[in-house]
Amino acid sequence: MIEAPFTPEHDLFRKNLRDYVERELAPHALEWDEAGIFPREVFTGMAELGALGINYAEDVGGSAGDYWYVVVLAEELVRSRNAGVNMALLVQSQMATPIIGEIGTLEQKKEFLAPALAGEKIAALGISEPDAGSDVANLKTTARREGDEYVINGAKMWITNGTRADFITLAVRTGEKGYGGISLLTFPTDVKGYSVSKKLQKVGNLASDTALLFFEDCRVPVRYLLGEENHGFYHVMTNFQGERLVAAIGAVAGMDRLVEDAIQYGGERSAFGRPLAKFQVWKHKLVEHLTAIEAARWLTYRAVDLFDRKEVAIKEISMAKLFAGDLMQKVVYDCMQLHGGMGYVVETPVARAFRDARLLTIGGGTSEIMKEIIAKLVPGL
Amino acid sequence: MKILVTVKRVEDWESKIKVRPDQSWIITEGVNYRANPFDEIGVEEALRLRDANAPSEVVVVSIGPAAAGAEIRSGLAMGADRGILVKHDGFLDSDAVARILVKIVEKEKPDLVVMGKQAVDVDDNVCGQLLAEYLGYGQVTFASKKESLESPEEKGKKAGLKLSADKKSLQCAREVDGGLEVLEVSLPAIVTVDLRLNVPRYASLPNIMKAKKKTIEELLPAALGVDIAPKVKVVKVEPPPLRTAGIKVPDVAALVKKLHEEAKVV
Ligand SMILES: Cc1cc2nc3c(=O)[nH]c(=O)nc-3n(C[C@H](O)[C@H](O)[C@H](O)COP(=O)(O)OP(=O)(O)OC[C@H]3O[C@@H](n4cnc5c(N)ncnc54)[C@H](O)[C@@H]3O)c2cc1C
Repeated sequence: MIEAPFTPEHDLFRKNLRDYVERELAPHALEWDEAGIFPREVFTGMAELGALGINYAEDVGGSAGDYWYVVVLAEELVRSRNAGVNMALLVQSQMATPIIGEIGTLEQKKEFLAPALAGEKIAALGISEPDAGSDVANLKTTARREGDEYVINGAKMWITNGTRADFITLAVRTGEKGYGGISLLTFPTDVKGYSVSKKLQKVGNLASDTALLFFEDCRVPVRYLLGEENHGFYHVMTNFQGERLVAAIGAVAGMDRLVEDAIQYGGERSAFGRPLAKFQVWKHKLVEHLTAIEAARWLTYRAVDLFDRKEVAIKEISMAKLFAGDLMQKVVYDCMQLHGGMGYVVETPVARAFRDARLLTIGGGTSEIMKEIIAKLVPGL
Repeated sequence: MKILVTVKRVEDWESKIKVRPDQSWIITEGVNYRANPFDEIGVEEALRLRDANAPSEVVVVSIGPAAAGAEIRSGLAMGADRGILVKHDGFLDSDAVARILVKIVEKEKPDLVVMGKQAVDVDDNVCGQLLAEYLGYGQVTFASKKESLESPEEKGKKAGLKLSADKKSLQCAREVDGGLEVLEVSLPAIVTVDLRLNVPRYASLPNIMKAKKKTIEELLPAALGVDIAPKVKVVKVEPPPLRTAGIKVPDVAALVKKLHEEAKVV
């Protein structure tokens, strides 16, 4: 793979997505951040475009497309200038749901997956807990088997789409301590004993609702178990791969936009008789970033290529997420700096990006955890 | 009903267009292309007419380089049934385009040809009129819609063009100064469409995938027997003049004086 294998169909999907995102989402970027939420119709609108079901089987409403269509989605979404909306949509279609597509029963696909891909049910992924984020194997929410039911008790923290999810792909403890006792369930949120305790006030990604959830003797039928009992940890880890990969792709595309904006602003804004973009210090800084972004893109595309061909890509995906997430911090800092006072005003996209970008080294596995994973795969370390 | 709809590949208006140093044309390297937006409105209208008058067929035709296949695919992904690409690299004047289209109409025998009122690259606004003239067909230019683009009719994807009960004529509204006129044209006819006729649909991924299986027939102007030697040549192109810095006037009287004496607008 020397060129990214985008076909005319990928290009056409990109064009339609770009038009949609720029016309239907971007004009509301600020309004939805201020509201701390966005309309449900965004889910159905994206579903009508086929943007939620990209790489799912046709019988659940998908298009059976390859992963490069997901790349197109993650790249074009950043034009919404609203990282919160993008995160919500990617959780809906690429984080909470892939596992149902892979190991769900026909019944689970019909009840949860198909309506999620149609934008009719909002999906969330419930793994992190107040006392277990990076340390997934230590999660404490329990699901005790009673006859044909699981009885669930515990709490989940930082759950995206949390305040209005119709179902949660939920990680629970069904067995022993550690990773060997974890299972996954599809959990409908209309079950008694379930409550949204709090909508969390965040630094960025404001339009996305992030919640603390409580489970008190919640009863769900055993048929909601995803895959085999106590095999959940493995699935959680596989699921993380897709989550980290879209995060890396989105980060690279986001940096493209930031530098593009900075070049434009630097060309229009003058100081001391010269456009900012003509000062050597800015030229060099932006060129350094463009160079690093290009490196990030090709590391990410390399990971995509492996992932798309169902090859093992844990190292490459972790590297891409680490590299792009860390690089974003420098790029957004400098692009904000170039905007001067306007960079501190939230109407300017770079100001919002500055707040949103911080999540990239924290969510979906921190940069430190990426390094831990990579180190384990390097002989001698 | 068979509807032929034309789609031209044009420079994306969001690309930064620069003139070549020799002023012969614009620099095309690095420019993005897409379908002429008036033509997208044409495709949308054709699809709505088709769906309201089954069984019908929509054929998308484009004249241009091989790459214009992408704009036909775009129409097919929106829902059109098949495509025709008349391949030609380089400049064609509108008259040549109209004469190529005459051959396509003679071959396809559509009941209706829907075209954008103009292409946003050269803004000629003559192709539809020439085609109607050459064919001896009736024409309605700048077709619009009575209802607004926020109306329930538009939300319900109702066609603005209305086929008569006997399917022999078509009613079209067009915007005129301060109002709207409604015309009825007998079929076959040429209709060119304006901006406020409809909001074109997005092509969904499933439909993009389905469009892969639809056929695009490729033809050459020479094989159609059309002489494409231009009657109109581009002599030179110039970029719009750069905006010069404004000036400050001390008071309203000075402003009016300047507007009167220098700008000569009041
Ligand atoms: C906006 C947002 C949305 C989120 N959405 C979801 C969601 O939808 N679903 C979900 O399940 N979770 C979600 N999360 C949770 C997210 O995945 C966790 O916050 C993340 O994995 C980090 O876990 P933690 O917060 O518990 O941090 P901790 O694990 O407590 O880590 C704290 C610090 O210690 C470091 N650290 C931890 N272990 C090591 C180590 N071994 N070596 C060195 N340093 C270490 C970390 O890197 C970090 O810097 C979301 C978080 C945010 C902020």
